[in-house]
Amino acid sequence: MSGPSTYEPKTGFTRWLDKRLPIIRLGYDSFVAYPTPRNLNYWWTFGAMLSLCLAVQIITGIVLAMHYIPHVDEAFASVQRFKRDVSFGWLIQPIHAVGASMFFLAVYIHMFRGLYYGSYKAPREVLWILGCIIYLLMVVTGFLGYTLPWGQMSFWGATVITNILGAVPLVGESIQVWIRGGGAIDQPTLNRFFSLHYLLPFVIAGVVVLHIWALHESGQNNPTGVDVKSKADTVPFSPHATMKDLFATSLFLILFGVFVFYMPDALGHADNYIPANALQTPPEIVPEWYLLPFYAILRAVDFNVGPIDSKLGGVIAMFASIAVLFVLPWLDTSRVRSMRYRPIARQFFLIFVVVCIALGWCGGQNPGRLIVPATYNATLNWVQGGEVVEQPVQSAGEAGWDEAAAEAEEAMRAQGMTLVATTRTGASVGTVRGVRGGAPQSASVSAPSSDGLEEAITEAKEEHAAAAPYYMVERNIPGTFTVTNLSQVLTAYYFLFFLIILPLLGLRETPGRVPETIAKPVTTQTEGA
Amino acid sequence: MADAGAVGAHEEDATRRDFIYIAAGAVGAVGVAGTAWVFVDQMNPAADTRALATTEVDLSAVEAGQQIQVLWQGKPVFVRHRTADEIASAQRDDYANLKDPQHDADRLLQADGAAGKPEYLIIEAGCTHLGCIPTFAEGAYNGWFCPCHGSVYDTSGRIRSGPAPENLYVAPYVYLNDTTIRIG
Repeated sequence: MSGPSTYEPKTGFTRWLDKRLPIIRLGYDSFVAYPTPRNLNYWWTFGAMLSLCLAVQIITGIVLAMHYIPHVDEAFASVQRFKRDVSFGWLIQPIHAVGASMFFLAVYIHMFRGLYYGSYKAPREVLWILGCIIYLLMVVTGFLGYTLPWGQMSFWGATVITNILGAVPLVGESIQVWIRGGGAIDQPTLNRFFSLHYLLPFVIAGVVVLHIWALHESGQNNPTGVDVKSKADTVPFSPHATMKDLFATSLFLILFGVFVFYMPDALGHADNYIPANALQTPPEIVPEWYLLPFYAILRAVDFNVGPIDSKLGGVIAMFASIAVLFVLPWLDTSRVRSMRYRPIARQFFLIFVVVCIALGWCGGQNPGRLIVPATYNATLNWVQGGEVVEQPVQSAGEAGWDEAAAEAEEAMRAQGMTLVATTRTGASVGTVRGVRGGAPQSASVSAPSSDGLEEAITEAKEEHAAAAPYYMVERNIPGTFTVTNLSQVLTAYYFLFFLIILPLLGLRETPGRVPETIAKPVTTQTEGA
Repeated sequence: MADAGAVGAHEEDATRRDFIYIAAGAVGAVGVAGTAWVFVDQMNPAADTRALATTEVDLSAVEAGQQIQVLWQGKPVFVRHRTADEIASAQRDDYANLKDPQHDADRLLQADGAAGKPEYLIIEAGCTHLGCIPTFAEGAYNGWFCPCHGSVYDTSGRIRSGPAPENLYVAPYVYLNDTTIRIG
């Protein structure tokens, strides 16, 4: 794509160096002369922001590591000390914490850009896969880093995530102990998480080099998805792309700055300001916002599928949701790259974006929360007045209990007693109870939630307690639509989009017409003339 | 024939060379695997961590009606000194409608299979739903109540209502003498 190098060393020293280490040539070819399509829009500026984010995280991280103590007794205090006592610690720590969020914000936009404009299609499959690897490394690094401040959310987040690994059959528990370095999250875990959190950004930087190398080999995609036809369709990277990237990055830095200076904790969880306590769980355990969609997919599987129990099923779904990205270049059968010319696919893509955001919302909610309001009803039956009769029940053996209980109840009903019930108190003994005479009464209660209904039932019982000791309660549990149900629908669409819609649509759809001006280079004729 | 002899010698040579390649490769692979194992295994629990794998508890410090939490392998464990009422209700509910049916006596068994004492219930504190720590003596059965998603456990640590699938796990323990137990 880049073609032969056009670099010409000007001075004696650069000529001398160029023969020995052509590093200036590499930089010139990659970031000055490198031809970029003329029609790139602002969605193409996020790569620059991501490079900046990585640099910011590494620099602030190295500074943080100079003051951080990876010890269970001191980690929390050392972060607080850094923020309060170290010069400019108040600035550097929030840059690192907010920087993680900004990094993910930019990477998600970058990924959606790639999805929309078909940047994963031939010849850019390897470029896309390298990007997926970078994203996966970012997720792991983000999770490890969130553990280090050793707050409640750090500790319990690490507990939940390492518990997830325990769901893997046969080897799960060994892997879990191996990762933790003990039976639970403790000193060995914190120490190794710190070590790995320091290592992984440099691994990311290495894969970024490969990512850019692959990009420069195949050339950039562009909003039309149509290959660049001639040199006239491109402009040199500098100053055109450099300036555009700088402008977009400045806007991005304003957003970054707003968070750092005005709401440094807005994206974190308040509970992480409580030091980690192995003896007490916070009321809710949620990951950072950028992992919420995957957390929602993990929790969406609350049912068993054949031999796979719900816990393992959730883990499989969560990993599959990332794994599917790796094979995307071969799932999408359409030969048209850009969704600009795929009107139907574009609709499905927009739904997909909404689904991803909605999954993020679900991940932050209590899974049992009702989305559609429902009414829980119960009917209480009791007898006003009357006389309570209690008799012991004895069965021949443990196995004969059910029969004996049924007989005893039948005998009481035959005598005209109401509210007959048995209570088992041992292997073959129990009590049967009924009420003779009295006036049957009933009352209905309703509440907007299951807990509320139980409260209402208890209240109703207390109201009539003196007169009637025994009740029959019929609960009418309505069909409900909870956050879990919504997550299931959204998760289904997530996989449907990649595994069914994209493969089938590519074969069936009629792409929109590419305008003449795009199919042919505009400037060629003028140049030829 | 000279020709055939040369070809034969050449073939023999190739086989011998193949053997050397495979043998050297195999030795190299074993060496790499052996070296890799060193760096993998160092992440497993260290000797001092494993030495802390058991915890001894003096039961006499726990008054009837109280519970203490001890850390065993970094995990919290409930040691509950149950009152006569609590024992009675736990035993009475052996035949109640249970999600994960288990008799109270079975939940008191020591790690070596000997019967435990009904006064002392020793169970792991992690809720079987998502691992939260339930609060003591709350909920309809006066056992434990998990504040995260509302699981209710009885005085035997059995799940009675809520999303948790199983009873709280019994910690492996043995009596060292009348008032001391060892967990693990």
